[in-house]
Amino acid sequence: MIRLSHIHRIFKVGEEEVYALKDVSLELSSGDYISVMGPSGSGKSTLLNILGLLDRPTSGTYEFEKDDITSLSNQDQALVRRNRIGFVFQFFHLIPRLTAAENVELPLILAGMDPRERKPRVAEALDVLGLKDRAKHRPDQLSGGQRQRVAIARATIMRPSLILADEPTGNLDRHSGSDVVEILENLNRSGITLIIVTHDPALGERARRSIVMTDGSILADHRQGNPSP
Amino acid sequence: MKAGNIFVFSMRALSGYPARTLLVLLAMAIGVASVMLLTSLGEGARRYVNREFTSLGTHILFVLPGRSETTGGPPPLLGQTPRDLTLEDALALTRNPSIAKVGPIVVGSAPVSWNGKDREVTILGTTADMFEIRQLAMGQGRFLPVQDPSIGTGVAVIGHKIKTEIFGNGSALGEWIRIQDRRFRVIGILAPKGQSIGLDMGDLVIIPVASAQSLFNTSALFRIMIEAKHRDDIQEAKEAVLKTIRERHDGEDDITVITQDAILSTFDRILTALTLTVAGIAAISLAVAGILIMNVMLISVSQRKSEIGLLKAVGATGSQVLRVFLTEAAILSMTGAILGLVLAYSGLGVILRLFPDFPVHIPAWSVLASVFTAQLTGILFGVLPARRAAALDPVQALSRR
Ligand SMILES: Nc1ncnc2c1ncn2[C@@H]1O[C@H](COP(=O)(O)OP(=O)(O)OP(=O)(O)O)[C@@H](O)[C@H]1O
Ligand SMILES: [Mg+2]
Repeated sequence: MIRLSHIHRIFKVGEEEVYALKDVSLELSSGDYISVMGPSGSGKSTLLNILGLLDRPTSGTYEFEKDDITSLSNQDQALVRRNRIGFVFQFFHLIPRLTAAENVELPLILAGMDPRERKPRVAEALDVLGLKDRAKHRPDQLSGGQRQRVAIARATIMRPSLILADEPTGNLDRHSGSDVVEILENLNRSGITLIIVTHDPALGERARRSIVMTDGSILADHRQGNPSP
Repeated sequence: MKAGNIFVFSMRALSGYPARTLLVLLAMAIGVASVMLLTSLGEGARRYVNREFTSLGTHILFVLPGRSETTGGPPPLLGQTPRDLTLEDALALTRNPSIAKVGPIVVGSAPVSWNGKDREVTILGTTADMFEIRQLAMGQGRFLPVQDPSIGTGVAVIGHKIKTEIFGNGSALGEWIRIQDRRFRVIGILAPKGQSIGLDMGDLVIIPVASAQSLFNTSALFRIMIEAKHRDDIQEAKEAVLKTIRERHDGEDDITVITQDAILSTFDRILTALTLTVAGIAAISLAVAGILIMNVMLISVSQRKSEIGLLKAVGATGSQVLRVFLTEAAILSMTGAILGLVLAYSGLGVILRLFPDFPVHIPAWSVLASVFTAQLTGILFGVLPARRAAALDPVQALSRR
């Protein structure tokens, strides 16, 4: 379970203050599937970054699985990111000089896992995402859809309980986009909490719960009757 | 994250940008190699001088006319010129128990001719003692005979170069040569021994000191070379010389006595200082290499912003990112230093081939110091970029703004 209470995020640009998030309170249950929509600049990414501990709120508290993690040190927040949260980005963010397998392996290396344990786990993750024969390819030898699948494999390799996807299909064509969405929804079915930021209304409606933001506040928050397509 | 994994990750990062990496390695290698080569040249010069001096024999003193004290004492009185050193002064020294041999020296230049061939040659007037003092060796014949030094006889010992120049392949022993207008019989030819402190022993003619004095029409000696009985006697011999000459010169200290040790240690000091100076100058190039590493790492950090952001997003702590970049700097400086060692030793090989006589040698301290300094500068200058990477805000780093 995740609980945000009275979250503010204020950016200072010179003398001016930009309110990216204004008093956002939100409760998300474990295993839920949530879409976040809204116009550009409404604070969607900011919200996601705070949920993912990449950014700290100016004020407010953040509870993650009953722990108050707002005041954790950078070091401890990194550990939470490593073990409990997976990110999927619009621009994939794969390391260009590393192969698909090495990109997926990265979180395991950071966690200090033994190579003998790492290799089979990476192979399995790639296999599940249909990338078995792409393991030795570098990102520039992969299609957009394949890159995003590598990124998803990397996001899930540590078996997180929360996946945050910021416009994961934003850089993909319709076909590979729906592939990616399907993969993410399958992960959600296996019990992982999934939050997707999107500009695509069709995608937004597939989620069980959709949140619409404007100007740093939550404008609407409703549940679909039937989440399945 | 284990050290081995950091190392592999850093290696991949470095090999991912080969041009940049090679450039830094080159700078580091040149820095390290120049420190080592320059110190080896300085060290070589020191050893060279050392070797030349010890080839003279080890307990030698030089007696020069005139005081060359540079400190203390009132200036000499007007009109007081130093008294000449005479042959009698030299002979008086032989009576001292701490002195083994005394070699008075008269030097001049005169035309030497034989069979119509004519050449201007350095003439050295001395006694039989000089043979041992300078540790000379005969090629043919014998050295000046032991005799009363005040008697000038017409015999000459010639250097090997003079021999070939004047006599060619023919025999010189027993031939009569003409020095200026006097006749001398060649009784010996020196073995080739090379340079010996300023005097080319191959290119001179040695005659009895009294003959040289009358040849150049002087009673003054150029200097006196003395060999003490033992190394421990050098100081005693020096005092004995000063005392004897003072008595003979009406109580005036108008000579200078230099011990070979003093000359040697002066040279040693100068050359050691020179070596250190040169090493210091070369060390600047190491610092430049360090700054280059810093530059390259800073560029690397800003180019790899999104990589750093990503590492943080997948759970890298600040200290892990710091270690990754410090490891890169350390690998760069270590590899550069090793390349520098290779470069220095190949450079040394070239120098040895070109100048086989010059005792170049890379001192162990310079190897250690330059490799250590390379590591230190690499890591020191790597800290700033690494800290910058570690402090990077992941959201900023990942954004495409
Ligand atoms: N680092 C920053 N400095 C200053 N202002 C910022 C910064 N990051 C975000 N903002 C501002 O905060 C607001 C919310 O930005 P955010 O990126 O969350 O929008 P978004 O909803 O994700 O937009 P988009 O759909 O275009 O991605 C915007 O007005 C933006 O200009
Ligand atoms: Mg956004």
